[in-house]
Amino acid sequence: MTALAPARPSSAGALPKVPAAAWVLPPLLAVLGFVGWPLVTVLGESVRDRAGAFSLASWSAVLGSAEFHNALWRTAQIAVGSTVGALVLGSFLAVVLAFVPFPGSGVAARLIDTVLALPSFLITLAFTFLYGSAGVLQALVHAVGGPGAQLPPILTSPLGVILAEITFFTPFVVRPLLASFAMLQREQLEVAASLGAGPLRVLRTVVAPEALPGLAAGGSLVLLLTLNEFGIVLFTGAKDVITLPVLIYTRGVVSLDLPGAAVVATAQVVLSLLLYGVYRFGFARLHGDGRDEQPTDPMEGAGHVAVVAHQ
Amino acid sequence: MLLWSRTSRAVVLAVFAVLVAVVVVAPLGTVLLAAVAGRWTGALPAGLTGAHLGEALGPEGLASLLVSVQTALLAGIASVVIGSWAALSAASAPGPMRRLVLGVCHLPIAVPSVVVGLGLLIAFNRPPLLLGGTRWIVILAHAVLVLAFTVSTVSAGLDRLDPAYELAARSLGASEARVLLRVRLPLLLPSLAAAAGLAVALSMGELGATIMVYPPSWRTLPVTIFTLSDRGDAFLASASTVVLLAVTALLLFALSRIRSRAALR
Repeated sequence: MTALAPARPSSAGALPKVPAAAWVLPPLLAVLGFVGWPLVTVLGESVRDRAGAFSLASWSAVLGSAEFHNALWRTAQIAVGSTVGALVLGSFLAVVLAFVPFPGSGVAARLIDTVLALPSFLITLAFTFLYGSAGVLQALVHAVGGPGAQLPPILTSPLGVILAEITFFTPFVVRPLLASFAMLQREQLEVAASLGAGPLRVLRTVVAPEALPGLAAGGSLVLLLTLNEFGIVLFTGAKDVITLPVLIYTRGVVSLDLPGAAVVATAQVVLSLLLYGVYRFGFARLHGDGRDEQPTDPMEGAGHVAVVAHQ
Repeated sequence: MLLWSRTSRAVVLAVFAVLVAVVVVAPLGTVLLAAVAGRWTGALPAGLTGAHLGEALGPEGLASLLVSVQTALLAGIASVVIGSWAALSAASAPGPMRRLVLGVCHLPIAVPSVVVGLGLLIAFNRPPLLLGGTRWIVILAHAVLVLAFTVSTVSAGLDRLDPAYELAARSLGASEARVLLRVRLPLLLPSLAAAAGLAVALSMGELGATIMVYPPSWRTLPVTIFTLSDRGDAFLASASTVVLLAVTALLLFALSRIRSRAALR
């Protein structure tokens, strides 16, 4: 203990004189050790055979398997479908909230925010009761079309997953859009309308250019999140809706094929990081000035909702 | 102000109401109703019962809930400490260093939580650090996943901080440590509380990484809910979800009290 004494700062309250950059090192090392290193080990595990020697056997086995191709295709299909859906639905909701004021619009906006605070699997759980084989929609179909009328199995189909993801991720589009709309001068809309422009024309020529950065940010964020989404697909539990994250889970934990899971994980990380790069780069460029290193993450919408609950 | 005719307004607002009802109200309302429904085979649930909620708070459910709360609090504290340290030190570091720190902290947002879990599972199931099979690997996974959010929240708070206070403190001869402890951190307290709230909320609902790494002795509530849903017990799963949301809301309420008290100062 005494050996440590000289290392202490000499005067009470004064920090030892170290360059400002050195203070970055402890958190940086912690993050590299607990985030960076595990990702490196995933890559390492993917190129190892059972004896621990270097081998690309897992890579060729996984990349050549129909299971991987199907999961990749399914993941892309669900991500793109959900993103397009969330963009369309989110734009409509945001335009109404911002430009068609009605009593209670504040409550509606708060309600949409609340979804950000929920765990994603809640949506699938609710869908079981709403659209399942003994659900509300099925009962309505029976009531209208007679006892013989059968609902197609939406719940366990890719379409059901897309609908669930649209439901869950639409708020991620609404939030940045409302932020862009808040910058818009209301008078511009009124001047355009008083000069005879119809609502569609006002939307196209006045609102759309203003909304573009928000749409791009929200859209690429949702695309990234839907590529990575796990809870909704896992809870759906359908045999023919296997996405890459679910494949990583079944390979790694259910069938204990860690090298196989590592190959899928590496492929997914490459895909996600590419998209993340596009998102950050594109968003920074759209905002132009380059001063802001840390573009206002729409994910902080989550932060705002932390008051209600979360992200 | 976009629509001037009464009919078009009414039509658009009606569509809006239907969409919000289907997309937002229906899912949340369904889970709340299912939690207290005896059975649900028709269009409407029937037989109001507290049995599911009672079972969700039974010994097994309560154990999971406690695991979730402890995990959220420990991971929240760890991520707020590391995250604020990273945000504070990055703010005064040279440009490339700052981008590196913030970039690495944001990495877990960009990769799926399942991959984060797989990485921790592989990296910490071998020496030098053996965490596999213990509660610490779950807590570590949660801390890593919420770090990005605590870093952004604290960074955003730092950007809004008025530099006049610390400049005044320094000009009066306060040391760096005193400026940090007596000026910057107290001013940042609302952001720190917000970051903690966000961390707790995210951690309470985390599933992807947890399901990869959890040992049977440390099963969080979302994993339990998945097990229930997987074996077809959707009513109990809904009741447990309601319990999860209620406890999360309670924790956040407590944190927001700290936050508003900090903002008053």
